[in-house]
Amino acid sequence: MAYSNKVIDHYENPRNVGSFGKDEQGVATGMVGAPACGDVMKLQIKVNKDGVIEDAKFKTYGCGSAIASSSLVTEWVKGKTVEEAATIKNTQIAEELALPPVKIHCSILAEDAIKAALADYRKKYGNEAGEGAAQPAQAHQQAAD
Amino acid sequence: MNQTKKYPIYLDYSATTPVDPRVAQVMIPWLTEQFGNPASRSHAYGWEAEEAVENARAEVAKLVNCDPKEIVWTSGATESNNLALKGAANFYKGKGRHLITMKTEHKAVLDTMRDLERVGFEVTYLDPEPDGLLDLEKFKAALRPDTSVVSIMFVNNEIGVIQPIAEIGEITRARGIIFHVDAAQATGKVEIDLAKLKVDLMSFSAHKTYGPKGIGALFVRRKPRVRLEAQMHGGGHEKGFRSGTLPTHQIVGMGEAFRIAREEMKAENERIRRLRDRLLAGLQDMEEVYVNGDLEHRVPHNLNVSFNFVEGESLIMGIKELAVSSGSACTSASLEPSYVLRALGRNDELAHSSIRFTLGRFTTEQDVDYAVKLLRERIGKLREMSPLWEMYKDGIDLNSVQWAAH
Repeated sequence: MAYSNKVIDHYENPRNVGSFGKDEQGVATGMVGAPACGDVMKLQIKVNKDGVIEDAKFKTYGCGSAIASSSLVTEWVKGKTVEEAATIKNTQIAEELALPPVKIHCSILAEDAIKAALADYRKKYGNEAGEGAAQPAQAHQQAAD
Repeated sequence: MNQTKKYPIYLDYSATTPVDPRVAQVMIPWLTEQFGNPASRSHAYGWEAEEAVENARAEVAKLVNCDPKEIVWTSGATESNNLALKGAANFYKGKGRHLITMKTEHKAVLDTMRDLERVGFEVTYLDPEPDGLLDLEKFKAALRPDTSVVSIMFVNNEIGVIQPIAEIGEITRARGIIFHVDAAQATGKVEIDLAKLKVDLMSFSAHKTYGPKGIGALFVRRKPRVRLEAQMHGGGHEKGFRSGTLPTHQIVGMGEAFRIAREEMKAENERIRRLRDRLLAGLQDMEEVYVNGDLEHRVPHNLNVSFNFVEGESLIMGIKELAVSSGSACTSASLEPSYVLRALGRNDELAHSSIRFTLGRFTTEQDVDYAVKLLRERIGKLREMSPLWEMYKDGIDLNSVQWAAH
């Protein structure tokens, strides 16, 4: 297994592992993948009222590359606006982690996880962008696709 | 990473074993001083090489209680399986073109069967029971008047279960069906008595039993006589079954390895069973741990376990201090879950979460204790990172979730 040092680093020291509390304000969740395929990623973002992702957390069931890809995107989305986060591409993830061809699907899944979290955010908070009246985030829902 | 070159603890003895130092020792002279071609009849170099080959043949025969004349040298169990199946299927195609095997066989049997399908044979691939074993009634029901060859492995390479070879042999012999057994994982682990077993062809490998890689053998029964079409043509070595200059040093190594196996297997298996039980005891009280395959009808060396909600490849990466595999070595580079576990009816999560531990001659109690400690720690860490574990802990039935396949 020829993992790059960056993959090994994220695998051994994953950034931002965890989940937000069920009632936290501005939280949106994207869950992608399937156990049958050997990868499930859950990415949560916490968006402030200016539309900036101030925090992100992940949990991933999958290979080392899948864990590294999701760990990396939690770092990347933090501090970005939701619009900026939407522009992250799987190719950037794959390049940063030097993923081999058989692991490219992990980066695609990580991009999908961002998109799913952003879709959940828009669904929950609409154009209010997380202003006071927003509903509590659901910690768990079915896998977004 | 400042990794100094430190080798992980080897718990992958079913992938291959180290050559026993005693075996390596006896091989060396046959590479240098006694380099003769065993087929040379005109000088001492050839004579003594031939004698060494025949002594080794006798050792292999002794381990499995057959006549040395029934042993044909090959390059390994893969070649033995090819020779047995293609050789018998083609020779006996006048009787019929129907072959039977199991879905949990090694690829060397399954791919050979696929090749035979391409040239007009019909193959039935039987499902194992959830414990990995063949159901004899289902086996009998699959037999047809035109069934010519049956191939069932002795010991499964992934889950270590022992198939009912004696019982299958009674059924096939009564119907005049050729019975082939892949015994690559069985030598030195279970008693093999070919005087009793009604097996017609049996494949052996040296490197799974502390011998060198690149050498194996095929047992070809003489009474009642089994015929084969040769797959390798040339100088007519091995009574025409398999041409090619015999690699004396490899053969001597296999003979010595099988001699040691015969003399030491009883005590060794007891010791290994205690270690395996210690490993199992160390893992069993963790939540959501499943042993794959029957524990009773199983070689003591093997423990195949699924750690639910942890993906196998990431676990192997997390326990890099241990040399283990998920599934068999031949498939561990692919992204597919183990086809053997799928055939047992294990669901995708469990099939993706399996680790095969195979213990052997040089495994120690300290190795096992270290492995247990490491596994408990790393599995805990990976589960903390697993969304499936979180859902399980929250009481969500994963089967009720609509997953998006990708």
